[in-house]
Amino acid sequence: MTLEAGAELAPKTYPVTRASLVRYAGASGDFNPIHWSDRIATAVGLPGVIAHGMFTMALVARAVSEWTDGAEVVDFGAKFTNPVVVPDDDEGTTVTVSGTVKSVEDGLATIALTVVSGDQKVLGMPKVSVRV
Amino acid sequence: MAVDGSLVGRAFPPTRPYRVTDEKVREFAAATGVGWESGDPVPATFPIVLAFDAMNAFLDDVQVELSRIVHGEQKFSYARPIAPGDVLTATLSVASLRQIGGNDIIGTVSEITDDTGAVVCTTSATLVHRAAEVA
Repeated sequence: MTLEAGAELAPKTYPVTRASLVRYAGASGDFNPIHWSDRIATAVGLPGVIAHGMFTMALVARAVSEWTDGAEVVDFGAKFTNPVVVPDDDEGTTVTVSGTVKSVEDGLATIALTVVSGDQKVLGMPKVSVRV
Repeated sequence: MAVDGSLVGRAFPPTRPYRVTDEKVREFAAATGVGWESGDPVPATFPIVLAFDAMNAFLDDVQVELSRIVHGEQKFSYARPIAPGDVLTATLSVASLRQIGGNDIIGTVSEITDDTGAVVCTTSATLVHRAAEVA
């Protein structure tokens, strides 16, 4: 696909359940118990089990790959500003990724992202550059 | 327990070489809802598998419990795409350390190199080590 500066990329919404977190923990090797134990999450002052920041970032990478048909990622970064709290029920929560192409120059497209769970932004200044 | 400020600038031993396989990449992609097939690009955040291994060794070394760590920021800069068959090693160093409100804010940089020694990806992480007592 052609990426042009100013293009709005169609938002992508992905479900996040406790099962997603368990599966991601196994695949990534991140077994921090704040991502699977309410007891430990609340003991360290969190509202409950939260998604791995890197799981949210992986969903962002998925959106970028879907928008760009698997373009090579050159730079990718984000701050984890608000936790994605994942309730222990069948629905869980969702993460929605939207993006705007900020620039296309020197063979690189830079995409500014907005990543929300519920009504809250969960990533600060998420940005990705892909080769075009 | 606050993390020792003299750690800044210290590099930790490289992780043992890790061979990227189709099966592992497929498992990682599937965990994010992506059906991956051999030849597809490796998911961009895959290097976290290496970086996390390096971070675990670092936390063990400085005797910090993983459950007290919350991720503050992560950045990746890729020199080339990772592909199955790559044999990768991560080397973590501590770039910065400060204390805010009793929490340690630890900046780390992990350089991921292939078996020729070439850098494949550099990834930096900000780790928030939460204070034991809630004020």
